[in-house]
Amino acid sequence: MSKNEKPKFAMYWADSCGGCDIAVLNIHEKILDVDANFEVVFWPVAMDAKYKDVEAMPDKSILLTLFNGAIHSTEHEHVAHLLRKKSKILVAFGSCACEGCMPALINLSSKKDFFDTVFTTISTVNPENIRPQTSVKVPEGVITLPEMYSVVRTLDQVVPVDYYMPGCPPESHQIAAVIDLVIQVLQGKAELPPPGTVIGAGNSTVCDECPRKRDIKKIKKFDRIQFIEPDPEICLLEQGIFCSGLATRSGCEAKCPSAGSPCIGCYGPAEGVLDYGARLMSAVASVIDSTDPVEINQILDGIPDPAGQIYRFNMAGSLLQACKDAWNRK
Amino acid sequence: MNNDDTFEPVIIGFTCNWCSYRAADTAGTARVKYAPNIRLIRLMCSGRLDPTFVLKALANGADGVLITGCHPGDCHYVEQNYKALRRFHLLKRVLTQMGIEPGRLKLVWASAAEGAILAAEFDKFINEVRALGPLNLPLQKQKTFSTPALEEVAA
Amino acid sequence: MSEKIGVYVCHCGTNIAGIVNVEEVSQWAGSRLKDRGVVIARDYKFMCSSLGQELIEKDIKELGLTRVVVAACSPHLHERTFRTACERAGLNPYLCELVSIREQVSWVHTDKIAATAKAEAVLSGGVERVIHNEPLEPLKVPIHPDSLVVGGGIAGIQAALELADGGNHVYLVEREPSIGGHMAQFDKTFPTLDCSACILTPRMVQVGNHPNITLLTWSEVTKVDGYVGNFEVAIKKKARYVNTELCTGCGICVEKCPKKVVDDVFEAGMAKRKVIYIPFPQAVPNFPVLDAPNCTFFQKGTCKACEKFCPTNAIDFNQKDEDITVKVGNIVLATGYDLFNPRRIPQYGYGRLENIFTSLEFERLCNASGPTGGNIVLKDGITPPKTVGIVHCVGSRDQNYNGYCSAICCMQSIKFAHLVHERTGADIYNFYIDIRTPGKSYEEFYQRVLDEGTHFVRGKVAEVTEVARSPEEEGKLIIQVEDTLIGKQRRIPVDMVILSAGLEPRYDAKETGKLFGIACSADGWYIERHPKLDPIATMTEGVFIAGCVQGPKDIPATVAQGAAAAARIQGKIQQGEITLEPIRASINEDQCSGCRICNDLCPFSAILYHEDRAVSEINAALCQGCGTCVAACPAGAISGTGFSNEQILAQIEGLLLLNIDQKESKKVLA
Repeated sequence: MSKNEKPKFAMYWADSCGGCDIAVLNIHEKILDVDANFEVVFWPVAMDAKYKDVEAMPDKSILLTLFNGAIHSTEHEHVAHLLRKKSKILVAFGSCACEGCMPALINLSSKKDFFDTVFTTISTVNPENIRPQTSVKVPEGVITLPEMYSVVRTLDQVVPVDYYMPGCPPESHQIAAVIDLVIQVLQGKAELPPPGTVIGAGNSTVCDECPRKRDIKKIKKFDRIQFIEPDPEICLLEQGIFCSGLATRSGCEAKCPSAGSPCIGCYGPAEGVLDYGARLMSAVASVIDSTDPVEINQILDGIPDPAGQIYRFNMAGSLLQACKDAWNRK
Repeated sequence: MNNDDTFEPVIIGFTCNWCSYRAADTAGTARVKYAPNIRLIRLMCSGRLDPTFVLKALANGADGVLITGCHPGDCHYVEQNYKALRRFHLLKRVLTQMGIEPGRLKLVWASAAEGAILAAEFDKFINEVRALGPLNLPLQKQKTFSTPALEEVAA
Repeated sequence: MSEKIGVYVCHCGTNIAGIVNVEEVSQWAGSRLKDRGVVIARDYKFMCSSLGQELIEKDIKELGLTRVVVAACSPHLHERTFRTACERAGLNPYLCELVSIREQVSWVHTDKIAATAKAEAVLSGGVERVIHNEPLEPLKVPIHPDSLVVGGGIAGIQAALELADGGNHVYLVEREPSIGGHMAQFDKTFPTLDCSACILTPRMVQVGNHPNITLLTWSEVTKVDGYVGNFEVAIKKKARYVNTELCTGCGICVEKCPKKVVDDVFEAGMAKRKVIYIPFPQAVPNFPVLDAPNCTFFQKGTCKACEKFCPTNAIDFNQKDEDITVKVGNIVLATGYDLFNPRRIPQYGYGRLENIFTSLEFERLCNASGPTGGNIVLKDGITPPKTVGIVHCVGSRDQNYNGYCSAICCMQSIKFAHLVHERTGADIYNFYIDIRTPGKSYEEFYQRVLDEGTHFVRGKVAEVTEVARSPEEEGKLIIQVEDTLIGKQRRIPVDMVILSAGLEPRYDAKETGKLFGIACSADGWYIERHPKLDPIATMTEGVFIAGCVQGPKDIPATVAQGAAAAARIQGKIQQGEITLEPIRASINEDQCSGCRICNDLCPFSAILYHEDRAVSEINAALCQGCGTCVAACPAGAISGTGFSNEQILAQIEGLLLLNIDQKESKKVLA
């Protein structure tokens, strides 16, 4: 145990891609402020530490833990509980921990389909159909692997969470702002926001920050961005491109639509919204320019994968969360 | 789950104040009988139908959801039922991808005088959902509206 | 801090208690929903009675209730009753909910156990919802004292005169050149046999002269904006091609006009009129109208006889339609009916065989100012009929056409029988299904006509044919009918057939309804607010209906409705302002991103966009409270009072019994 007086900091990756950790490092020199103000006690991507080191720490001895990644296995859940126990402030960091993000898309399939695909079809040469086991007897004894859950969950569906930082990844300038805030709190110059607050994000949706010109929406056809030459000045949705910005929390400076790409929803729902997908579905469907069911369906055919597109980042945090088969542990 | 082995579906029905809710009342006044599996919620207009309500009902124990409103062209608020129609079609596609049988969500139009017709539609839908069996999504307490407060953090 | 909820379960005599175990429901609420805030749960025989209401008021005062849920009949009946009771006791009325366990439970289910379980679930839904109710204050808007009456028939005339006599200004809009409607076409009215024109024209003249009535004939409403108390109505005054400032109504232009066309409006196609015409001698206003599509000048550029001969230079071929906008507080729709077209019943021979007339055509035949000067004669114009057949229920009480009864055809047919008897002495047969004579002196009139010797045959006419089967039938129209009272088929040869065609909604009633924001039933008549207790109001505040637009009826009932609509409006004008239900949407500006999804979703144009602030805003007075924008906003920035997300989501949880122990809830569902 360190005899250092500095408050302790931890960052952990559950079911994630590593992008959140990189985003933290992407604050460039500000990382030195982190080093100056905190003692990093546990950060698998950046330093060597073992779970037993964390288990040995006193409860609530880690001041700030940034937990990224979704909960997909028994290991993830174990560490979530562990870090909750040992941390004063637990932040669900990044879309995976907040809403499920990419890993949660597997909730659209049963665990059986998931494993069949991974272990016998596309990504592996596995002629003997060997599957991972949760425990295997070997000459030296028994070795275990964490079990994968059939339903991916968000961090707050497993442990109580203090703050949420959305984004895939959270924008580095927002991370820098949060770090500044925490340092100010440490110095007694600022107060922490109420527990449960979404930090590092705006109050409204992406349209608030988007520079494109907006008018009344009437959609006669949905187009894919690669098939048309969209006007760079006008709202993408008005041009038939399915842009999720209208339902997605602001804070990212609308980088994607500014660059000509539709928002895909990584900052999650706006304040107080119960189900992100419901808001997006309702808004987009309401402005379809037709009163005839046949024509409406023809227009909707322009969205080839509505569940995937609408719940791309927000499946685990949604009301239904997973398909029937996944829930029934098939 | 039930006292005996026969499954009885629970249906949540959304009605609009001016047409379908009145139609349900008309069915009542005329003593038209239908199965008790459906529980109705009154909205001012089918245009108020937020997909969140449908998802919530399904996530919280309903086996089927029926959306009702004024006939196209007869909406008390002129054309808001068309918005419900469009949302219904997109919602149905998403639910199907989530493995929820499309037959669990239905849209029916009824005018205030069509009590007997609406009652027949209720019975029809209840039978259709009964044939599909229970939805059996596990109820998750954290999805309930009255979310327990997060643990206080002593900063 | 939880609310203090009072729960009241009504027996409604045995209406609810006969099927739902109301005591059990009340006890269940008191114990199982105690943790949700229910502090008292009562059941009572008639909650809507004054004693029932007093139970609620007492509990509010003594127990400090902050919410009330009543499980009884439909909110459409008694929501106001219980909300007013709460208000009297000092609780904001919008903190009270009424859930229906009668129309939607006890009256429609037979399984008592299931019905009781459902009643508990419905009550639970109401309790969860009411927790999220907020105290609301109704909106008050001023009432513009002017009114609009659309339709210048007897209903519209009555409404306009009552309003005008009451000291209020009225716009009376009529799309034909003169007011009078169908009543102006009739000869005599039943049962008094008053000359229709004689009793109608004094009223018409009153309208024409009344200082408080702005009469706009040959005009149509094109757009209606606004809301009760504050309507803005666009009216198109069609070009008459006559300058009414200069016209004296002398009629020389009509006399000199060289061209005649069939008059299929006033004369029901039985006679011709000139291209420039006054529809009938007693027309109000007495200005002619030029039928431009048929006018030689407009077609070929020649003639202009009317202009040449007009002594005051009142003819103006350059006149254009004029569009005006008026502000009114209330609107009465009294646009009347169309006649069922008997051509749709080919076996009755109308339009194919001669001497078969519809009721309106026959009225013109009887009328002294009609095509035959009031002589009842065959198509040759000379020969009076020796036998006449009058067919009731043409296109009415018929699954193939209109299922409803047209209310006036029996009396009308009996009246025709009397007139034919009086003027021709012919042998008369009336063919009926039932004789419907409910009004004052109606039955006596029927007796009188029976005494005159008219034959009444009970049977629906199968066919009117000219194919003779015997010498007596040659050259006649033969009515084939089953005489059900003697159980025999009969063939009755007649010279003339009168078809009492049913009443139908106007061909454009639906479009007109849309213009004013009101809806039609399946039969096409406008939907009243309550079929028994409020037949002249509609679901749209400020828009009233009177006369046959609401359904077939006789003149006394029509006049009563016109007067009723006027009385209702005068009451509102007197109060100066109207109270609107506070069910409205509003936008949280901070959360609004200006995405503009909402702007086009409002049919009442209540959602504005502010370019400078890049946010949208809802005009509370224009908002009708439908909630569509609330459901559509992708940022969740729009909330709606009375039907908020919180209320509805909580109600879903309550209905699914999530608020009580899970295992217990499944048992209740069985």
